Amino acid sequence: MDQAHIRNFSIIAHIDHGKSTLADRILQLTDTVADRDMKEQLLDSMELERERGITIKAQAVRVLWKGHQLNLIDTPGHVDFTYEVSRSLQACEGALLVVDAAQGIEAQTLANAYLAIENNLEIVPLVNKIDLPQADPDGAAAEVADLIGDDADNVLRISAKTGQGVEGVLDAIVERIPAPVGDSRAPARALIFDSSYDQYRGVIAFVRVVDGRFETRDNVRAMAQGTRFEAEELGFLSPQRSPVKALEAGEVGYVVTGLKDVSKLGVGDTLTVEKRPADEPLPGYKEVKPMVFAGLFPTDSDEYPELRDALERLKLNDGALFYEPETSQALGFGFRCGFLGLLHMEIVRERLEREFDLDLLVTAPNVAYRVQPRPDAEWLEVHNPAELPNELEAVEEPYIRASVIVPKEYVGAVMELCNERRGSFDHMEYLSEERVHLVYQLPLGEIVLDFYDALKSRTRGYASFDYDMAGFQPGTLVRVDVLVAGEPVDALSLIIHREFAYDRGKLLVERLRKEIPRQFFDVAIQAAIGSRVIARETVKAKRKDVLAKCYGGDISRKRKLLEKQKKGKKRMKQVGGVEVPQEAFLAVLNLDDKR
Amino acid sequence: MEQGRARHLYVHLPFCAHRCGYCDFVTAVGREDEHDRYVDALLAELALERRLLADDVGTIFLGGGTPTFTEPAALARLLAALPSADEVTVEANPETVSPKLAALLREHGVNRVSLGAQSFQPRLLQVLERRATPADVRAAVPTLRAAGFDNLSLDLIYGIPGQSAGDLARDLDAAIAREPEHLSCYELEAKPGTRFTHAHGDELARQAEAMEGYFEIVVETLTAAGYRWYETASFCRPDSSRDLRAQHNLGYWLGRDYLGIGVGAVSTVAGLRWRNAPSVGRYVAALGGGERPPRELEPLGADVQARERILLGLRLDEPLATAGLGDALDADAIERLERRGLARLRDDGAALELTPRGRFLGGGVTAELLAEGSS
Repeated sequence: MDQAHIRNFSIIAHIDHGKSTLADRILQLTDTVADRDMKEQLLDSMELERERGITIKAQAVRVLWKGHQLNLIDTPGHVDFTYEVSRSLQACEGALLVVDAAQGIEAQTLANAYLAIENNLEIVPLVNKIDLPQADPDGAAAEVADLIGDDADNVLRISAKTGQGVEGVLDAIVERIPAPVGDSRAPARALIFDSSYDQYRGVIAFVRVVDGRFETRDNVRAMAQGTRFEAEELGFLSPQRSPVKALEAGEVGYVVTGLKDVSKLGVGDTLTVEKRPADEPLPGYKEVKPMVFAGLFPTDSDEYPELRDALERLKLNDGALFYEPETSQALGFGFRCGFLGLLHMEIVRERLEREFDLDLLVTAPNVAYRVQPRPDAEWLEVHNPAELPNELEAVEEPYIRASVIVPKEYVGAVMELCNERRGSFDHMEYLSEERVHLVYQLPLGEIVLDFYDALKSRTRGYASFDYDMAGFQPGTLVRVDVLVAGEPVDALSLIIHREFAYDRGKLLVERLRKEIPRQFFDVAIQAAIGSRVIARETVKAKRKDVLAKCYGGDISRKRKLLEKQKKGKKRMKQVGGVEVPQEAFLAVLNLDDKR
Repeated sequence: MEQGRARHLYVHLPFCAHRCGYCDFVTAVGREDEHDRYVDALLAELALERRLLADDVGTIFLGGGTPTFTEPAALARLLAALPSADEVTVEANPETVSPKLAALLREHGVNRVSLGAQSFQPRLLQVLERRATPADVRAAVPTLRAAGFDNLSLDLIYGIPGQSAGDLARDLDAAIAREPEHLSCYELEAKPGTRFTHAHGDELARQAEAMEGYFEIVVETLTAAGYRWYETASFCRPDSSRDLRAQHNLGYWLGRDYLGIGVGAVSTVAGLRWRNAPSVGRYVAALGGGERPPRELEPLGADVQARERILLGLRLDEPLATAGLGDALDADAIERLERRGLARLRDDGAALELTPRGRFLGGGVTAELLAEGSS
């Protein structure tokens, strides 16, 4: 199709502000999906996505409207996937910015709106849910207009739920968003903005063709990674796969690659055709690096092979997932996994448990650290607290630029929380008379455990939060080890700012004393920095452990009681001859209850 | 011993004047008009299973319930019909013990009485919902002695809500002063969800730490008084002419076959265990029609039998012969427990025993000693 009749756009919205409902309504209005086939929120195809109301993997769907081809490129809605969002936005010329008429702008809306502005997208602002009784369309419209420097009159008012105003949205897409302006005669270039794995057809790349054209059977190369393949099939989603002979400049579609490994085709890479390759890739590709790490161990050590297979299969669909085998003295064989962020970790864990029926023990998450062991030595990246050397020259930790939006009465509470978490204030601004946008620099390590929960509870749920990675900075960090019966428990080591080490160490051993059941002997639990013990507790030995009555011939019941007791023991992990229940390894997670 | 025939007979008499809050045995309150028919049923079951019983029965144990609450005529009829045995024990509640009852038991071959004393303090007896008064408990012993009983056992319960260490010491002293040949001391088990736990759970939780040492107090006090701690919860006087251990229970602990008759009774003969259904009505009805009562069957594989020999045998103060137990014992665990001074192998590994401290922790220690099993 002539590029003049193509419009490529995304929808930017905070969770629950109605992105998926709007997408569904667009599919219906354009007769892309018959009413009777309409499933609630069709675009969110993974079960987990639908349940959580969030979009994890972007997809693209083509609709026709008044002689135009509109390509809706869905973006992941969460902070962990900022890079993927930015690639999806790069594939578009415009974006619908959706704001809930009752809620107004949220931190995530801001972050993604800024991303869209940086990508030079034409923004079509709209206020959704105007049918709600508590809606304040004018207030929300004013906030949005202010944010993007537009006139409030240009903000569309709709209800995706009832369909009111949605035709106007389609018209606005055609009228306001510019057509693509690629060079259709130039060597072919297409931006990969997403990929997925199909067990029969291999990796499927979702692309936006910028220049030239791709044809079925073309030999194709990914320019940054150098991966080569034959385009087995080209097509677009409507929303099911519809094959075409060629994809041309300006169009959005998919490429069936036959590749077996999704990580060979990174999001942001540029595809070109071998017979007449482009000289330069499209800008902006970067390798996604995991920032949050945790150990994943099977609860039953016999399930290690199942966990390995599951991770392999998950990785096919999730190029950002990183894993390597890890052996813990305490927990046995497992994997150290790297994630883009906390939500990503939670999703991976849930998918492993749900789709692969695994029972997992996930250690407390930590961030990636950069360590220089000696002066002039090379910097290392450490993904596991137990691996942080005791003697080191310097250590750096990742920081984030955190964006928090709250009603003004909670500004104090948020500042207090950020200060407790070693944050440094960057700036604040009033979005309206009532709502304030705060920006802080914070160590990522201070938010991986429970920052979001703490923020929600201190602001009665009113705060919205988003962040960007902001590079590494030096830190005064120490490793706190936990010793049970004199033996270090690698899975409980944590890296922490020296100032907090004593309090955290004390809390941790107190918590462990309650989690570790009494044994046949006294068990010392210590927290130590290097060889210096900073806190100690003792689990007193049991004095009795007998089944009282044992006669009347009812021996089966006693035997079953003992077998049950034995089973309970099997679920525990042996550390220095001490039976430690799995729950104890999560003690680190809950340390902040008392903070 | 004859193959496949039991030398130990258990007879269950479920009737009680009152069901105590902590009790989890099969019991039926009152129903005096049913006692006769129940005894008929017992005798019918005995007749049906007679071939499973050896010609020379070693022990008979009448348990309950409160066997001595059974109508005297019915009880006499039952006792008269039972085979003779070396040890015939009847459980009795102190308040039921009268010279008349004692004489009835003596006449019918009973030579051992196990008295459910539980405590000597009115307050604690009340908490346990026992009907006996301390005076009943004190009087029962001389009454039985006067009738000629020279083998008496007293049951005590410790860990009663509100029981202080001093209360326990007084109960133990009072029991010792009665000079019984045998004592059984059980820690009170408050099962979750029972009426008793509902009423006293909080108090027990509050006292849990203080009560941890009660088991030690019991063992120390009784051994100091000359009793032998021969089984986890059982003590007997040493006597050069008689073995005063509970011979019937010893049968269980040594893994011997036994036949149990009566409602809810369990039997284990030749690798098969069965348990009669716990309903008195169905029991009486089935046997009244000449049928066996409804039963739960449990075949015991060799592995299960080996595991039971370990868990029962280690309750005793004599070493457990390890021959034939190879697979059921975890060799690493034995080594670990030896290092901690809780168990030891003897005679080049031919026998295994727990140290005194190991016996206090016998449940956990045994669970550790058992190899990973399929059962």
